[in-house]
Amino acid sequence: MVGSTAPRVSATVLLAKSVLQRVLDNLHEGGFQLIGPTVRDGAVILDAIRNISELPIGWSLEQKAGSSRLLRTHATDYFGCTVGPHSWKRYLFPPHLDLLIAHRNGEGWTFEPPLDDSPPLAFIGVRSCDLHAIAIQDDVFVNGAVRDPHYARRRERAFILVANCNTAATTCFCTSMKTGPRAPSGFDLALTELPESFVLEIGSEAGSNALAGVDWQPASAFDQGRVAQIMQRTERQIQRQATTSDLPQLLYDRIDHPYWEAIAARCLSCGNCTLVCPTCFCSTVEEHSDLTGASTRRTRVWDSCFILDFSHVHSGNSRPTIKSRYRQWMTHKLAAWIDQFGRSGCVGCGRCIAWCPVGIDITEELSALRSLGAR
Amino acid sequence: MAGDAKPRLAVFKLASCDGCQLQMLNLEDELLEIAGAVDICYFLEARSQVLDGPYDVALVEGSVTTEHDVERVRDIRRKSKMLITIGACASAGGIQALRNMHNVDEYTRSIYANPSYIHTLSQSTPVAAHVTVDFAINGCPISKEQLLEVLTALLIGRAPQLPTYSVCVECKRKGNVCLLVARGIACIGPITQAGCGALCPGFNRGCFGCYGPMESPNPDSLCQTLTVRGIPRAETLRLLNGFTGWAEEFRSAAEKLEKASI
Repeated sequence: MVGSTAPRVSATVLLAKSVLQRVLDNLHEGGFQLIGPTVRDGAVILDAIRNISELPIGWSLEQKAGSSRLLRTHATDYFGCTVGPHSWKRYLFPPHLDLLIAHRNGEGWTFEPPLDDSPPLAFIGVRSCDLHAIAIQDDVFVNGAVRDPHYARRRERAFILVANCNTAATTCFCTSMKTGPRAPSGFDLALTELPESFVLEIGSEAGSNALAGVDWQPASAFDQGRVAQIMQRTERQIQRQATTSDLPQLLYDRIDHPYWEAIAARCLSCGNCTLVCPTCFCSTVEEHSDLTGASTRRTRVWDSCFILDFSHVHSGNSRPTIKSRYRQWMTHKLAAWIDQFGRSGCVGCGRCIAWCPVGIDITEELSALRSLGAR
Repeated sequence: MAGDAKPRLAVFKLASCDGCQLQMLNLEDELLEIAGAVDICYFLEARSQVLDGPYDVALVEGSVTTEHDVERVRDIRRKSKMLITIGACASAGGIQALRNMHNVDEYTRSIYANPSYIHTLSQSTPVAAHVTVDFAINGCPISKEQLLEVLTALLIGRAPQLPTYSVCVECKRKGNVCLLVARGIACIGPITQAGCGALCPGFNRGCFGCYGPMESPNPDSLCQTLTVRGIPRAETLRLLNGFTGWAEEFRSAAEKLEKASI
């Protein structure tokens, strides 16, 4: 079927691989800036892309605690590498965001909101774990009592093309966190990569429109069976596990355990885990005034609970030791998050494991704490 | 710093390369504004006019390496309400503190034709080892943006906002790929104070610690990791013993690493 007619929402279709370029062209012509995975400086990062040739084709990813290596292969997969150090929060919750500029005006001040004329973004190749991470940040920034207008504006206009994982890294544990490897919903389009074609689920009207003029055919039961097989294969690849049934109480029962000291002896308190985490949402606000104090620029930047100043309160610091800061991070992520938002703050993407300079592994530390008993 | 009179600023130099003072002159867009907001009483790098103290603010570049430096830094302190060190030399002893771990007489004999003319102390020490320092701007050289932030804060009457967290935070905000994790390149950014904008890692070079130790450094853990990843001990020592090698946390980590069995 040659598509002057776009497929309907909830349809599953088959596309030749090279035809994905036409989908990207449609999105681009529709005013979207495309953001997708691409290789730079020895890693798959997220950046502006325009062409399918910029995807990490011919690379595979080998990760372990504290190490990530891209290897050249003959593989022709477009989406054969799982997640790198960047996550989509970089685009929805940017590391630097100007909030306002203020000018002194006689006795008072004139406030000037920053101009945000950024185009809507199309995220190409979102993994299921990261799609869940976006949903978690939605809880934080838009579904709660206070709505963050900056996040909301980016999020509402974003187009999401999911890539279901046809391979897993050794740092992956989405199956434990029930966030993957296949995205159930919440996307505009979701593809599963077969050797010669993509099986594409149409998740929304916008997803359907992106297929205008694109050659497609309905996916057969056989094609859908191949997708199911690939997903089972990926699930079997995932060796890493995190038991979650005894959370949050498990960690509350070990708040004063001496084992936290053992982690602190290794932890650098550098903040990398929080900054690569796709759900960590802390920020701080900085004011940069000019020399005379006549004008000032207010900027929001990524913060981290590993930064001392983060827990500086009146009369002192509430978390002065590395032990207290690591405990805060892990306990919030895996336990208190459940009390706060009704679900875990961890999606099992494994970034904090791979990108910790000293290779601290949150799944191993959780197991260690469990085996040591309450204290 | 309220009142009608403009604050009196002095910029002094001890044992140093002048690079940090140059950063003040590199503030090209703001220099006229600074010159309008303060009285520049002493700044030999920029002007020959010398006005006596007292000064409201003294910026001191360089480390203390001679008896004469000791006298001068005490004199500067006496004349200045606020003393701010600028750069790795003034704040940590500088690259010239390499002498502290060796015999300075041997060094002098190997460099100078007539070593008897050289009168130097056995150690290069930071200004804070001799007088009270009110604030330190780190780096080799300092960042001109940080210098401007400190001057602005002083003029407005608020605390300067300089980060004390790790270089990693700046790398991650910028989107740099971690050199250590992705390529096994030796980098001491995780134990080094931010402020440079992750300059070296942004150019694919590991951080060599010129801003000195971050707020809560754990160098032993990082050294262990570097060793496990196959970084030669000499390379790690070279990073620790660099521009801020005399800073306590880097010095003690280097000493431990040197003593550790291979």
